[in-house]
Amino acid sequence: MSAVVECARVAVAHGARTVLEVPSLAVAPGEILVVIGPNGAGKSTLLRVIGLLEAPTAGEVRFRGEPVTPRHGLAVRRRMASVFQEPLLIDASVRDNVALGLRFRSAEAAGLGPRVARWLDRFGIGALAARRARTLSGGEAQRVALARALVLEPELLLLDEPFAALDQPTREGLIEDLGAILRAEGITTVLVTHDRGEALALGDRVAVLMNGRLLQVDETAQVFRAPASEEVARFVGVETILHCPVIGRDGALSLLEAGPGTIEVAQPAEPGEWVRLCLRPEDVTLAAGGPAAAHSSARNRLPGRVVRLIPSGPHVRVIIDCGFPLAALVTHRSVEELHLAEGVSVTAQFKATAPHLLRSRKA
Amino acid sequence: MSLFFQGVIEALRLLLTGDPEVWRITLLSLEISGSATALSLLIGIPLGTVLALARFPGRALAVSLVNTGMGLPPVVVGLFVTILLWRNGALGFLEMLYTPLAMVLAQMVIAAPIVTGLTLAAVQQIPAAFRLQMLALGASRAQMVGALLREARLPMLAAVMAGFGGVISEVGASLMVGGNIKGSTRVLTTATVLETSKGNFDIAIALSVILLLLTFLVNWALTWIQQRPRG
Repeated sequence: MSAVVECARVAVAHGARTVLEVPSLAVAPGEILVVIGPNGAGKSTLLRVIGLLEAPTAGEVRFRGEPVTPRHGLAVRRRMASVFQEPLLIDASVRDNVALGLRFRSAEAAGLGPRVARWLDRFGIGALAARRARTLSGGEAQRVALARALVLEPELLLLDEPFAALDQPTREGLIEDLGAILRAEGITTVLVTHDRGEALALGDRVAVLMNGRLLQVDETAQVFRAPASEEVARFVGVETILHCPVIGRDGALSLLEAGPGTIEVAQPAEPGEWVRLCLRPEDVTLAAGGPAAAHSSARNRLPGRVVRLIPSGPHVRVIIDCGFPLAALVTHRSVEELHLAEGVSVTAQFKATAPHLLRSRKA
Repeated sequence: MSLFFQGVIEALRLLLTGDPEVWRITLLSLEISGSATALSLLIGIPLGTVLALARFPGRALAVSLVNTGMGLPPVVVGLFVTILLWRNGALGFLEMLYTPLAMVLAQMVIAAPIVTGLTLAAVQQIPAAFRLQMLALGASRAQMVGALLREARLPMLAAVMAGFGGVISEVGASLMVGGNIKGSTRVLTTATVLETSKGNFDIAIALSVILLLLTFLVNWALTWIQQRPRG
C-alpha cells in the first residue's frame, strides 16, 4: 500500500541552524505513528511541514504520492486536520467550533448539524453543544478540538502534544477514548509527544526524533525493547546502561563481565567484544538477602546493596550498587515487605531475555 | 458655580424645547464625526490587519509611524488639510475648503491612525498558533483573516470608540478647515469655542453638556455590545 504522506530529504533551517533533517519518513494508511523526542527536538516543526503549514528549506512532502507545497496546498490541507497542545477554540459555541472546518469547506449548512452532533457524542460532550467555548474546562476544550478535527473525516490526522496541558486523570481518559476512536475509524495519524507513555498507549510505530534527526523508526514494542542507540535507550526509559566485555558464549547465551559478577544475555555477541547492556528498571525484581536465599527462575541474580530509594508515582525506583549502579522499579508494597532501605543487602534478578545489547563494533 | 448650573439648566431647556440651531449643530457633529469614523474604519482595519500579520522590510518603521499618528495634533492636521484644499493647493480644484466634507476629511486623517494602531494591537494579541490552527482546519488565507478579525472583534470595538471619541471632541482641525460657518460647518466643539469667546457661558456650557452626553451615549452603546454577558 502506498503511503498517505511521505517526507523525502526534508530539511528545515531556521537561520543558520538546521532544526530538522529527515531523509525519509512514510506514514502508511490506517497506522498511528508516534514521534517521540525531548523538547526542542524538532517534533512540532516536522508536524508543521507534514501539515503544509511550513515549507521545508529543502526536500519535499508527498501526499498520496504527489509532491505538495504550502503555497499550492489548500486543497491538500483540506484533506488533513490538526490538533495542537492548546485547544485554540474560537469565541463561539461548542457546536460552532466543531462546525468551523466544515464551514471553511463551505459545506452545506443543512447536513452539518447531524455530523457535528455525532462527533460531539463520540467524544462524550454532546451535552455541551450550546455552551460557550470559553466556559469549558481544559479537558472538555481539548475534546472539542479533537471533535472539530475528526468531523472533517481527515485522510491524515496530525496531533501535536494534544494531551500535554491536561491533568493526569483527564489525560488518561482522553487517550483511551481517542485511541478507541482512531482504531475504530482506521484514521491515519501522526502524534508527536515527549511522553513515552502516550507512544506505548497509541503507537503502531514509533519514530524517535532528537536534535532534528530520526534515530529510530520501528514498531512500538521494538523501540522500547531494542532501542537502536544509547540516546534512544535513555529516552525510552532504559535506566541501566553498562559498558562491558563479552567473556564467553553458551549456545544462544552471551556471557558478560559486569563488575564483580557475570550476566547472561539471550542475544548473540562475540567473546572479546565490548557491548552496552541496556536494562529497563521494570524488568528487574528484588529479593531480600544474598543470592543463595533467593528462589527464582531468573538466570541473573546479582548481589548488591541499596543506595537510594526514589518514590516515583505508584512505584519506587531503587538504585542498587552491584559493583555497578543498577535501577529497579518496585511497588511501595515490595519496599515494605523486603524492608528496603539504604544499605540493605538485596539480590537483583532478571531474565536472560530482559537486557538488550547495543553492539558498537560488529565482529 | 452658579454659572455652571445656569449652563446645565440652559442646556436642558435648549434640548427639551428643541431649539432648531442646537439640534442642527448636534446632528451635524454626529454626521461629520460618524462619517469620518466610518471612513477611518475602512482604512484602518485593513491597514492594521496587514501590519499585524505581514512581515516586510520597514514594518517596524511603519508601526512606529502609526503609533505616532495616534497622537497626531488636530491643529497640525488642520493646517495640512487646509493647505491641501487651498484655492491653489493640490486639491484646490475640488473647492472643498470650508465645507462639511473638508471636516470629514480632516477628522478621518485624525481617526485613521487611531483605528489602525488599535486594530494592530487587537490582532496581534491573538496567538500566532491560532492562525496556524485555522489554516490547519482548512481555512484559506482570507478565511483565516476573517476568523482572526472575528476573534478580535471585542478589542476592535475599542478602536471604534477611541476613533469616534478622538474626532467628536476635536476642535482645531474642524475650526481651520470648516471655518465655523453658522448653518453649514458649525459643530458642537467649534460653537462652544465661539460662544465662550463671546462670553456666552451658559450656551457654551449647554453645548459642552450636549457633547459630553453624546460621547457618553455612543460609548455606552458600544460598551454594552462589548461587555454584554455571553454564554
